[in-house]
Formats: sequence, C-alpha cells, structure tokens
Amino acid sequence: MLVTMLDVVIGGLLMGGIYALIAVGLSLQYGVARVLNIAHGEFIMLGAFATWTLYIVFGINPLVSLVIVGPVVFIIGFILHRTLFTRLRTSSASPAAFEGNSLLASFGLLFIIQNVAILIWGSAPSGYTYLAFPVNLGGAIFAANRLVTLGFAVGIGLVFYLFLARTRLGKAIRAAAQDPATAGLMGVNINRVLALCFGLGALMAGFAGLLISMCFSIQATMGLQYTIIAIIVVVLGGLGSIPGSFIGGFILGLIGSIVTYIEPGLSLAAYYVIFILLLLVKPTGIMGKK
Amino acid sequence: MRILEGEGVTKYFGGLAAVSNVDFHVDQGEIAGLIGPNGAGKTTLFNLISAALVLKSGIIRFKGEKITGLKPHQICRMGVARTFQEVKIFANMPVLENVLLGSLFGTSPGMSSADAAREAAGLLEFVGLPAVSATPAKDLTLPNQKRLEVARALATKPELLLLDELMAGLNPTETAEAMELVTRIRDKGITIIMIEHVMKAIMSVCERIMVLHHGEKIAEGTPEEIATSKKVIEVYLGE
Amino acid sequence: MDINTFTSKRFLVPGLITLILLILLATFPLYLPGYPVILLSSILMYIVITVSWVIFSGPTGYMSLASAAFFGVGIYTAAILGEALPLPIVIGIGGLASFCVALLVGALTLRLRGIYFAIFTFGLVELIKHVLLFWELHVTGTRGRFVIVVDYTTVYYVMLVIFVMTMLTAYFIRRSKFGSALQSIGENEEAAAHTGINVTLVKVITFAISAVFMGAAGAIMATRWTYIDPYIAFNLLISFMPVLMAIFGGMGQLYGPVIGAIIFTYLKEELITRIPELYMIIFGVVLVAVILFLPNGLVGLIQKLWKRVTGEQHENT
Repeated sequence: MLVTMLDVVIGGLLMGGIYALIAVGLSLQYGVARVLNIAHGEFIMLGAFATWTLYIVFGINPLVSLVIVGPVVFIIGFILHRTLFTRLRTSSASPAAFEGNSLLASFGLLFIIQNVAILIWGSAPSGYTYLAFPVNLGGAIFAANRLVTLGFAVGIGLVFYLFLARTRLGKAIRAAAQDPATAGLMGVNINRVLALCFGLGALMAGFAGLLISMCFSIQATMGLQYTIIAIIVVVLGGLGSIPGSFIGGFILGLIGSIVTYIEPGLSLAAYYVIFILLLLVKPTGIMGKK
Repeated sequence: MRILEGEGVTKYFGGLAAVSNVDFHVDQGEIAGLIGPNGAGKTTLFNLISAALVLKSGIIRFKGEKITGLKPHQICRMGVARTFQEVKIFANMPVLENVLLGSLFGTSPGMSSADAAREAAGLLEFVGLPAVSATPAKDLTLPNQKRLEVARALATKPELLLLDELMAGLNPTETAEAMELVTRIRDKGITIIMIEHVMKAIMSVCERIMVLHHGEKIAEGTPEEIATSKKVIEVYLGE
Repeated sequence: MDINTFTSKRFLVPGLITLILLILLATFPLYLPGYPVILLSSILMYIVITVSWVIFSGPTGYMSLASAAFFGVGIYTAAILGEALPLPIVIGIGGLASFCVALLVGALTLRLRGIYFAIFTFGLVELIKHVLLFWELHVTGTRGRFVIVVDYTTVYYVMLVIFVMTMLTAYFIRRSKFGSALQSIGENEEAAAHTGINVTLVKVITFAISAVFMGAAGAIMATRWTYIDPYIAFNLLISFMPVLMAIFGGMGQLYGPVIGAIIFTYLKEELITRIPELYMIIFGVVLVAVILFLPNGLVGLIQKLWKRVTGEQHENT
C-alpha cells in the first residue's frame, strides 16, 4: 500500500517537474510578453528532437546537450519575438487586439514548426534510451532517467528563481511583468526585455523537451498536448504568476498520476475538468492576480 | 421620492477599499453632484450602481427595488443609464446605429425598427448632432462623441442618468453647451447624477453635492454648504 | 417613393446574379461530373465552415479554435447513426449535436475574458479526441468506425443545401438587430451591456448557431471517408483553415471569407499531391504574413485601394 502511494506520488512529481518547467515557460511568455504562445509545445518538440539528433547522429550525451539545445531554442524564440511579435505589438490597435493577433500568429507558427519537423524527422514515433536502468526508492522502482529529469527540473527552476530574484536583468523582468509602461520610463529597454522573456520561455520549453526525450518516445505531433497542459497549469497557478505556474505544475503532475493510477488514458480529461472547475469558480487561479 | 439609495456600499480592490461604507440617496428630479479628488472612488461608485462591478457589501435600491446582484443590461432596462469617463462609443459603427442600439435594446419590450430609427434620429437632434448619421462614430470630435454617448444613454429611456465627467476635455464654450444639455435633460424629467471636476459647472447646475475622499463620504449638502465646508476645502487644498 | 425604387434596384442586380449562380451550382454535376464535383464539394464545405466561423468570431472578436470539434461531432454522428437513420435526419442531428456542444462550451466560457474562450476552444479538439479514444478503447472496444457510403453527387447536393442555408443565416444575422448587437459587443462589450444588451446570451446563442452548419457539414463529409477514427475526425487543421481563409479574405463583408475559402481550398487540393507538409507550412506562413501586413484581409485591401483611386478622382474635380 505504501509502496503504491510512493509510486504514485513520486511518479506525479516526476511528471510534475516537466509540467512545472513548461508552465513557467508559458507564464514568462504570457505573463510578461503578453503572448499566449499556443506553439509552445512545438518548441518542446524541437528541444526533444534536437536532443535526439545530437545523441543519435553525433553521439552527444543529452545532459551535455542542455548547453546546446537551450541556447539554440532561446535564440529562435528571441528572434521570433523581436521580429514577429514586437511588430504585432506596435501595430495592434489595443492590448486586447494584440493578445488576439499574437494568439493567431502563434497558431500559424504551430503549423509551420510542426510540419517543418515532420519534413525533417518524419511523423512516426522516435526515441532513444539513456540512463534507463532502474533505481529502487523505498520499494518503488523508478528509471534513473526520470529521477535525473526531476532533479534537473527542480534545479533549473531554482536557478531561474535566483535569476529573477537576484540579478539586475531578473528584476527588470519582474518590473516589466508588473507594469511595462513604468518600467519603460525607468530605463528598462522594454522591447529587449520582452523578447528576452519570450526567449527564456522558449528556453524552458527546449529544456523540457530535452528531459522528455530522455524518458519517453517522441513524435513530431507531441507538442499539442503539452501546450494544453501548460495552459491549464498557468491558469491553475494564476495567469501571470511564475511561482504559481511552477507549483501548479507539480500539483497537476500529482493529480495526473493519481488519475492514471485509477484509470489510465483519462488524465487529459481530468485536467480539463479541473480547468473547467477553475474557470467556473476562480479564473484567477491559486496565486493569480488579474 | 428617493429614486436611488445606497446603504453601506463597499468595494475592495485587493486590500484597498475603493468605496468604503457609503450611504447615499438621490431624490427624483434633482441634479446631484458627486465630487472628490482623483481616486476618491466616484467612478467606482457609478460602476457599482450600474453593476459594471460587483460590490463587496451593502445594498443599492432603485425606486425602492434592490438592484444589487443584477446584470448591467437588466439595470439599464429598469431605467438607469450612464456615460463613461473614457467615452465608450461603438467606434466603427455609424453614429445613428450607436443610438439605435439603445432604442432597440434599452427597454423591454423593445421597439419596432422603424419607430426606433425615428426616435434615434430625434435624440441625435436633441443632443445637437443632426447631419452626421452615417459617419462612423470614431470620426467624430470628442465633444460630439460625448454627445453621442449621451444620446445613446437617453435612447434607453432612463429615469436616472449617471454622467461621468461629461465636461472633461471640453473648452469653455463646449462646457457651457454641455451644462445646457444637462438642464434640458433634467427638464424632460430625468434625474441626473454627475461626476465632475469642473467646479463651476457642478456648483451652478447641481442642487445637492456629495463629496468622496479615499472611498468615504466626507460631506454632503447644497453647493453653498460644500463650498464653505472646511473639510472639503482641506481635502482639495491638501492634494 | 424614391426609397422603394432605390432599394428594389439595389437588390435586383445582386439578386439576379445570386439566382444565376445558384442555378449553375445546382446543375453543375450534369455538365461537369467526376472530380470537379468532388472539388466543388470541398470548396463548399470550407465556405460553410469559414462563413460559420465568421458569424460569431467576426463581429465579436472572440477567436474560436473549436471548429474542428464541431465538425468532428458531425462526423461521429454520421458514423454512429448513419446506418440506423435516413441521411437528412442524420445530418440534422449532426448539426443539433454540434449546437448542444457549442451551447455548453459557450455557457462555460463566454462569461469570461476572450482569452479564456480562445484557449478553451483550442484544447477542446484534443480533449474530445482523447475522451473518444478512451471510450472506443474501453467501452465499445472498437477502434474507429465505418461510415455509410454515399455517392459523390448526393454529397454535393447536400453540401450545396447546407451552403445555401449557411449563407442565408449569415446574411440575415448580419442585417438584423441581432447582428448590430453582435457588432457592438465586439466594439465595446461593456458599453453594449449598459445599452441593454444581454451580452452573454447573445454570444452563447450566436456561437451555438455558428456550430450547427459545421456539424452538418461534418456529417455529410464523413461519408467520403468510409472509415474514421478520433484522429481523422478531430483534426486541428479544420480549426486552422477557417481562421486562415477568413482573415485572408477579410471579415468586413460576407464575400471575403467566401473568396478566402475558394482560394485556399483550391490551393490545398493542388498542393496536397506534392509533399503535404509543404502546403501546411506555406499556409502557416501566409496566416502569419496576413496578420502582420493585411489585417483587413484581401477585401479590406481592395477596398482601401478602391477608396484611394476614387478619392483621388474626387480631389481632381
């Protein structure tokens, strides 16, 4: 009985770590840069396939690939924002119009990125094995790669938290998240900060994709599910709250683990039920602002 | 007859009390003023009356009936209309259609299209906007946009009209015209509450004035009483 | 007097054109049978989905990404009921089922900000797909279903009827006071509410109406596939295409989405024989480009150019 509970709880935390990362990424993009990037999952997919390519073709260890995949996806995100979304922001008639336009633009991006990936890597499932040996934790057995994933997810989260809290750039980001206009007046280069946030969000997605590729099989169409989960977590944690998204990811991971234990295959439906309940009762989420 | 009254009206934004335990009343047929420094809670109070916001506690009654908890469109149909500080017209729709919507939806039961069109045209004339019916509302000047908003509000056949800073951004001539429009509306039998910063207008047109500061009612009375109230002068000079 | 002759003249020419067009469309299979009929069925289908989408998302600005969900509901209605009931009833039920789903979704999400609506509809397709996969795996034990076969000419005529009904609905909504209310909600929802419009009710009903013809179209188009499963039936592409077609064509006038649908359906059919991924990439790029550079769509661009031309002529006189 205890072993089963441990199994479910730790399993939930493992998934939760990934959910936390992707949710923080989306929260950066929506909470600060005000872009609801529904192509977020595609960046996750890119991170996964980049890692796969580096490992299978070049033999590079996935954990080492972190320093390659991360920056590459970051740069893609940064450039995308600096060109596409900045232009949309300046040409949109109102913040609400910008929200709508950027949502639709990211919808277009979704199809572009996904189909480019299919072109390059095909549409069949893919994968590799890495650190797949079992580890015994108090009677429950877990694959080493999943524990490493959890460790990295928490680690990346901590590093990022320190970055936000301690560095100058991090404070600029928090200022921009609170009040872009005033932050601009106080000398923060808004365009650059927003693009940076968007890029950082993509970075998180890339990292998550890398970690996912270590544990699961990957497919060019895998992004959509993760985007939806990220959205639900961001709403659960409170639209615009980065700590909320981090914690919310773990909560959702736990819930998913419990649901999968009871009835596998219904986890997404369970998430959606939570989503509906949230929308009905408290759309601002657990730690939400507005 | 008290056409509008509120008891203990309170609204919080986060931890801040935007409106705090305000009691107020407005008598039928009068022009009442609502003044106070910026951030005093005046527009918030309007929002609570028109149900644009939901209040935390307290009760508001219109013609004796409780209206707290109703939706804006229901309150509108009962006979309360308002204008907004940031003029909220339907920018890309023709001027006539802006007013027409009020005639068609602002009362229950609604009117026929032909009657509504006639009434809307008449209201445009009443506020001083005759020949611009087909122009998109966004192409109007600010004073004309404000007139349009008033016409739309009147189209919903209100018994009570809330005017939020009608005179903001108007030059002296336009302000005088606006004041004259306000009295003409009152002469039609409509009770008016005005939020204003233009003191001259408030003092000359209102019969009774209420003063808010930091969400609380600090004074209430005739223009003379308010003008000479030490508390009010402090509040305004201290800003 | 003058007004009457004016209005009747205004409707005479477009009315005649519409009538001729309808006759041409109705007799199409007689003089151009085979592939052209199938292509035209596809075009009509995309026109129906796009115009339906514009009925709600156009004036209100609430972006629905759920079109694929309603289309899929129609498909599954045909799959489940196709053998038991006559075709017209199946299609009607397909439309009705989509109406109910949209009613539910709208009631849940249209009281909130537009962004919640957009993301809820976005995930809806995936959600229904997952639930159906679960259902088929665990409850019915099937994987996918077979759909009744209907000859392509019948499919065409049914699609034509749905097309006409969609256009009529869109036209009458637009010109009614209901359409004015819709537009005012898009312009300034708070002001609309304060003008006496029950904005939530108007939004929910319009959204539900917009789903009806998508469901009906799905029901009849399902017969072309013969075998369907949740992946085939609930394809996000069907949510993407109407957005692309409507924004490209321009949502200000009714014929904007129609033009967009015709162009992109034709393009899709032509390009799909090359690498399928390539045409989707192109369409994605086009959508992004149109959002950036042509916010009022093709029709908006033409109108702007037209105004510039006639405006200049005015200045010269």
